[in-house]
Amino acid sequence: MSGKERASRGRGVPRLGRYALRAASLAVALGVWQLLTSLDIDLWLRFSQFPTVADVARTFADRLSGPDYWTDLTDSLTRILTGFLLAAVLGVAVGVLVARSRLAEDLLGPVLEVVRPIPAIALVPVAILLFPSNEQGIVFITFTAAFFPVLVSTRHAVRALTPMWEEAVLTMGGGRWRILASVVLPGALPGIFGGLSVGIGVSWICVISAEMISGQYGVGYRTWQDYTVVNYAGVFVGMVTIGVLGWLTSTAVELLGRRLTRWLPRTSYVAAGRSPRRVDRAAAAVPVSPTTREGVPHDQLV
Amino acid sequence: MTSSSDVRSPARTGAALALRGATLGRPDAPVLDGVDLVVTPGEILTLVGPSGCGKSTLLRTLAGLLSPLAGEVGQDGRPLTGPAADRALIFQEDALLPWRTLRANVELPLAIKGLPRAERRRQAAAWLERVGLAEHARHLPHRVSGGQRQRAQLARALAGAPRAVLMDEPFGALDAQTRAGMQDLLVEVLRGTGATVVFVTHDVDEALFLGDRVALIGSGRLTAVRDVPRPRDRSAHDDPARLALRRDVLSSLGT
Repeated sequence: MSGKERASRGRGVPRLGRYALRAASLAVALGVWQLLTSLDIDLWLRFSQFPTVADVARTFADRLSGPDYWTDLTDSLTRILTGFLLAAVLGVAVGVLVARSRLAEDLLGPVLEVVRPIPAIALVPVAILLFPSNEQGIVFITFTAAFFPVLVSTRHAVRALTPMWEEAVLTMGGGRWRILASVVLPGALPGIFGGLSVGIGVSWICVISAEMISGQYGVGYRTWQDYTVVNYAGVFVGMVTIGVLGWLTSTAVELLGRRLTRWLPRTSYVAAGRSPRRVDRAAAAVPVSPTTREGVPHDQLV
Repeated sequence: MTSSSDVRSPARTGAALALRGATLGRPDAPVLDGVDLVVTPGEILTLVGPSGCGKSTLLRTLAGLLSPLAGEVGQDGRPLTGPAADRALIFQEDALLPWRTLRANVELPLAIKGLPRAERRRQAAAWLERVGLAEHARHLPHRVSGGQRQRAQLARALAGAPRAVLMDEPFGALDAQTRAGMQDLLVEVLRGTGATVVFVTHDVDEALFLGDRVALIGSGRLTAVRDVPRPRDRSAHDDPARLALRRDVLSSLGT
């Protein structure tokens, strides 16, 4: 018990400090921006035409109370989530298939390798030709963007699995579906989440670009509209929105990944070794952590 | 003791395993040639030989993970076609699924058999208790010591009620003291299972303590199979017959 208290106290105070530091970093950036723009600084880089933080904040507040902003937001989110989820499911499925079957590798490998280097955004003409509606085209581009990172990382993760795990399950009488469910998917999960993290980032880039080119509503479409009517504050509202949404979605992917791969041995060491100054306290906390974790049903994961 | 457990599970007898004129290895690299070996039901056969001699290959062939390049491999008179639940394999280390708790690892063969959840829980708990891991049932493998991981592997292998247990240097990565304790535990938990055991080791003393018979492997073939006097008897280590066999084994491995 005393060990547990010590561990939480040791972690609690610096954690607060770290959040304060992060908030301060954002605040300083905004302060510098406000200063440069409100003083109309023109030193080679020209800030005189730039909207100030206050301008952007005012426009943001106006937008928030209007109906279009929320339509744009939900439209963009629907597109990216549809495309990304499709990419996650198909990327993992094809990745596992290609890694586990020589036939699938020979059949799909060459096509995939040729399509992979093409930037998803360069597929806009293809999307326009293929799909009856713009909406589907945008989802397609978002899907393609996330598909390849997920596919490639899944393939690598599946190939790197310890063969002993599979042999153990085989000698328990497990068949191929059991091996897929109990060995391949859980074992490849850390790698798969690497691909998903990259994929969600690339998806945002592509959904915004595709909306700028061919969208009806959506954050990218709105941002481009604002640019064409010289509403720079509006452009910045769009950029901030994209930034916050991107950050939220990748954090969600990150958290989910961390939750599902909590069994990885390294996670405990990352937590303990974060700050070298607290080494001895962290060392005292290590034997405690198994008991604090005991309530977590890891076996429910798989 | 054996009789009482036989009453509990009358149907469970060990598997008879046999290799006839078998060439073993991977297609591009055969390691053992002309292997003739019969493992009788319920016995413990130990395989000794220098590292890289093909002990593991022989074991994997018996498990059904490798097919023989020539000759026959059979179980109970029928040819062996692939891995199956009645021949469990125990590895040297790191074969537990790291994302499953010890309990969930032990439950895995029971789940594969299709046992209902409550029954899986009950049997896994009993096995973990038996190998002295009841306290650690909810820990992940990397949270416990190497010796404890091997006990969990033993519990996992035996939970599936296999008729043969194939062990690939299971205590090879453990220190000498833990190793002796594990040997005693193995003898203890095997009691009443009736399972045939093939135990690979490079430690001659381990082979002579555990085995009813010891098979020697060297230079690409099975060189001899010898009966061990007074197996699994700690006080037999200075028995003259045992000492003579030990000398023989060591000298034949030396050449």
